[in-house]
Amino acid sequence: MNKLPVDTRRDAPGLEVRGLACTRNERRLFADLNFSLSAGDALLIDGPNGSGKTSLLRLLCGLGLMDAGKICWRGHDVDDYRAEYLADVAYVGHANGIKLDLTARENLQFARALGHTGSASTATEALAEVGLAGFADAPCGKLSTGQRRRVALARLFVLEACLWLLDEPLTALDACAVLRFEALLRAHLDNGGLLILTTHRPVDLGRHEVKRIRLSA
Amino acid sequence: MNQITMATAYIMLLRRDMILAYRNRAEFANPPLFFVLVVSLLPLGIGPDSALLAKVAPGLVWVVALLATLLSLDSIFRSDFEDGALELLLVSPQPIAVLVLAKITAHWLVAGLPLLVFALPLSLMLYLPISALPVLIATLVLGTPVLSLLGAIGVALTVGLRRGGMLLALLVLPLYVPVLIFATSAVQAAATGLPVSGQLAIMSAMLILALILAPLTAAAALRISLN
Repeated sequence: MNKLPVDTRRDAPGLEVRGLACTRNERRLFADLNFSLSAGDALLIDGPNGSGKTSLLRLLCGLGLMDAGKICWRGHDVDDYRAEYLADVAYVGHANGIKLDLTARENLQFARALGHTGSASTATEALAEVGLAGFADAPCGKLSTGQRRRVALARLFVLEACLWLLDEPLTALDACAVLRFEALLRAHLDNGGLLILTTHRPVDLGRHEVKRIRLSA
Repeated sequence: MNQITMATAYIMLLRRDMILAYRNRAEFANPPLFFVLVVSLLPLGIGPDSALLAKVAPGLVWVVALLATLLSLDSIFRSDFEDGALELLLVSPQPIAVLVLAKITAHWLVAGLPLLVFALPLSLMLYLPISALPVLIATLVLGTPVLSLLGAIGVALTVGLRRGGMLLALLVLPLYVPVLIFATSAVQAAATGLPVSGQLAIMSAMLILALILAPLTAAAALRISLN
């Protein structure tokens, strides 16, 4: 997988969003949204149900089609560099996106084969990260809801992506798993990663500054 | 984009879909079973007149093959759409058309290839002349991939709808008509000893055209469906 030219990495901010607008079912969710994130930054998207948090995340990972605006990654318009941008993106949506008839390991091995992996963890290591070390060969259909969520989150570690887009990542996780996952988020930011997440729960990201966008209904 | 990762992605997705088909084999056995049942029931309804059966055999086999394919089309993208795996395919850095082609290949291997295998004994049962058998198989080899490819476009367009079944049939069946016409005309010509190279050439052209254009079209349709 090609990476974007290295020289543009230093000067341009990681992610830059200009004038983003989104309309759903003839209802304007947000318009003229601007923000930029650089290495180690986290962005929390906040807002009541139906305010467009998920739509915003889907626009950012190229799933939604935007009405207006521009998204730049390392100084390049992502429409022109789709593959290079998506190689840097890991997205965990509302749906887990794991196949229930495959084992946890098979699911992650497949996710790994599709993305840019480089020096990323193997499926087994990623499962250990999220505390599912003993469940690698269990069919995902036999796992509990929280465990399935953790398999979906383990996908973050088999990809060498520096921009994480997470839609309600903490749903169904127990208190212990939440603490563990927060530590993993902090480690990602410490390594210069970028993080955008929607959540209704408070997230402890330690010393990292958290930018906030509040969408109104 | 280097081709090694594209090829790996294609093979991994094909492999994943084949594993899933194997673990859900009861569900995927339905379309071939439908094909076998309908083709073997019809002679009971029509009667044992061998001349009549031989005459309707090409059309019969092909119409039922077409309906069996239609029955299984929805499975190309439906389950991936419902559990969110389709979103992840679109968010991967691989070209969507390559991934779509892998899914279509898997569909053909599961739903198209068994028809080819069962068509042989079934057409013998219908008194189709032995001389026409190779041509029947040739039309199925060329035609069933076209059915999967064209069908994928229709499924990609309707996968976001809650009840897209009827719409899918309306969208896809007209596109299947040329395949049906040329395939049955080739088999009938072969049964009466006429040359069939023209029909087979046109079917090959359809296959090549669909192979190139259908994955791109279906990929674009998926992006709209998932918006």
